[in-house]
Amino acid sequence: MHALLQVIVKEFLQLRQDKKMIPVMIVGPIMQLLALGYAANMDVHDIPLLVVDQDRSPASRALVDRFTGSGYFDRVGEEDTAAQVDPWLVRGRAQLALVVPAGFGGDVEAGRKPQLQMVADGSDANSAVVGLGYASRIVAGAGAEIAQARLTPALRSLRPGRIELLPRVLYNPDLKSRWFYVPAVLAMVLMLVTMMLPSMAVVREKEIGTLEQISVTPLQPWQLIGGKLMPYVIIGLLDTLLITGVARLVFGVPLHGSLLLLLALSVLYLLNTLGLGLLVSTLVNTQQQAMMFSAFVLMVPMIYLSGLIFPIENMPRLFQTVSYVIPVRYYGIILRGVFLKGSGLAMLWPEALTLLLTGIGWLTLASLRFRKRLD
Amino acid sequence: MSPRKVWAIAKKELKQASRDPLTLGMLLGLPTVMLLMYGYAINFDVRHVPLAVRDLDKSRESRELVAEFVNSTYFDVVSDVAAGDDLDRFTERRIAKVVLLLPEGFSRTLERGGSAGVQLILDGADANTATTVLGYASALVGAANVRRIQARAAGRLDLAPIDYQPRVFYNPELKTTQFLVPGLVGFILMLTAVLSTALSVVREKERGTLEQLRVTSLRPSELIVGKTLPYLAISLMATVLILVAARVLFGVAVRGSYLDLFVATVIYLIGALSFGLLVSSLSESQAMAFQVGMVTSMLPAIFLSGFIFPIRAMPQLVQALTYAVPARYFLVVSRGIILKGGALSEYTRDMGFLVLYASVVLTIAYARLTRREV
Repeated sequence: MHALLQVIVKEFLQLRQDKKMIPVMIVGPIMQLLALGYAANMDVHDIPLLVVDQDRSPASRALVDRFTGSGYFDRVGEEDTAAQVDPWLVRGRAQLALVVPAGFGGDVEAGRKPQLQMVADGSDANSAVVGLGYASRIVAGAGAEIAQARLTPALRSLRPGRIELLPRVLYNPDLKSRWFYVPAVLAMVLMLVTMMLPSMAVVREKEIGTLEQISVTPLQPWQLIGGKLMPYVIIGLLDTLLITGVARLVFGVPLHGSLLLLLALSVLYLLNTLGLGLLVSTLVNTQQQAMMFSAFVLMVPMIYLSGLIFPIENMPRLFQTVSYVIPVRYYGIILRGVFLKGSGLAMLWPEALTLLLTGIGWLTLASLRFRKRLD
Repeated sequence: MSPRKVWAIAKKELKQASRDPLTLGMLLGLPTVMLLMYGYAINFDVRHVPLAVRDLDKSRESRELVAEFVNSTYFDVVSDVAAGDDLDRFTERRIAKVVLLLPEGFSRTLERGGSAGVQLILDGADANTATTVLGYASALVGAANVRRIQARAAGRLDLAPIDYQPRVFYNPELKTTQFLVPGLVGFILMLTAVLSTALSVVREKERGTLEQLRVTSLRPSELIVGKTLPYLAISLMATVLILVAARVLFGVAVRGSYLDLFVATVIYLIGALSFGLLVSSLSESQAMAFQVGMVTSMLPAIFLSGFIFPIRAMPQLVQALTYAVPARYFLVVSRGIILKGGALSEYTRDMGFLVLYASVVLTIAYARLTRREV
């Protein structure tokens, strides 16, 4: 036990020696959290809208006002013909163009079906989808009003009945996308700090040759491995506390479940990330390789396929199947369960058990490979 | 600057890079892998949302409404809720993301011409999906109401009185791959250029070989250009690979001129490579260089460039920050050239910012790297 402690102390001393590293381990996660927390938001407002009103009737002006008054659109300019729309979109000065053809007002009054055109810049598909969604809602509203006006008293007496949708949103009543993304940052930061950094630290000793020196000391391999990994468990848990604090205080994300449970289940996740990190260190020879391997072969696919950001149900079958072997999938469920749903162990035990088993599996595999290399 | 010496350093760097085929392979192969992942795995289309249903009415009307939910292909009924079931269990255990509750007396209320409530319980933990699902559900219920009126009015009423024709330019089917390709080019270039230069310089620092190079007759400018040139070449090769993969796998073609795209890419890369040099002058270890590079170049290139999340939806202060992110300008230009077929002359403002960024960062990096030499 004493030897283990000494390795831990040595590892911490080494971390401290690289003076800039500690702030990086704290500042990095916070920056990631702020970037995702503030930037990850799909609720677009003030979409730049070009107006081509060829009708210039009270009806067309009322329609344009509906768009600009909605708060979703910002009128950036006006043109006379639809042909002039293209340059605005190519330069990116407008995202959508509303084209009201001549005769719009006349058609409305005469009870005919007036035409209305909307042109969107699809090169930013996300914003285009959102913008078109707002637009069709506004047009539907205008249409309903016209229909209402045309509805004769005779029709009103039909009494068709109405189905009314009463939605109730659980766990995130205002549907803030931030509440979805912020807990995900924790999973990513822990991957970075407890998978990539330890793999680099081990490879660094390999590069410098000190791993050789340690391997001829009477240290048991498990003491060496435990001692090297333990500091990262502690740093990982500190990062967990830090991010939970910022998530609550800065972003107002509630923590409905127990903090203790969150920490305990995070340790199970750390078994996986540390195991994978150690495994990476046995597969590569330089720090650069360790970094590239853990970042691009492990982290990027794991983040994208875990459901952390993009829902798993939307993926093709093959990717859905792959996602079952990704530890982040289970940790993501745990995070959202504990943070937003207030779930306890009674609800989350399948995920916890999976993480425990896969964590032990990865650590064992990595340790075996590590020992073989030492011998 | 002697081209011969620059070339000597570049050759040395290339040799070193080729001795590490794993890293080189990752630098070149990564873009395509990411494109595949984005192209196939990331889909903003929400469909087949797991739905649980409790129909207490069991009438023709209630069954029709449920059928409309299922036939829309937006929802899959995964389970029926029995009368006494704990509803929260369905969403908390993630059996269903949505629970639809049709109360007893649903059809009777409708017959009387009254307003019959239908409850929809949504799992809001995934806010994006929930927002979309709520939109689908309101549209479905709205359509059901319209049909009820039309059935009674027997064609006397047009309920969609405006002929609304939305058209989408440049990417008519709003395909994710289309709009991701230009962003991905910007992101990958940032990644490979900044990280590979920063790491290669810091590695020499760690091993002490930088010192050795400094005492040779090489001028600092020769050393710097020689060290960055190979990474410029590798990054350009990665760009070509992305474009070829995008063309072959997803049918995304460059609509504008290749020369324009090349010029924009090189200017963007000079900025990125200089930033890599700057990072290397700030870092003592590779781990440090990696972290600094990640936080200051990779994260902004994804989150603050408008690549995935629209800049307009960000708070003012964060929006102001995005002006310092070169990927923001490159994204406008690359989207313009690749998807819209625009010419470079239409993006003078954005190109101006890219040139400005490259020259400022290069100057600072150069000053820092040469000052240390004295």
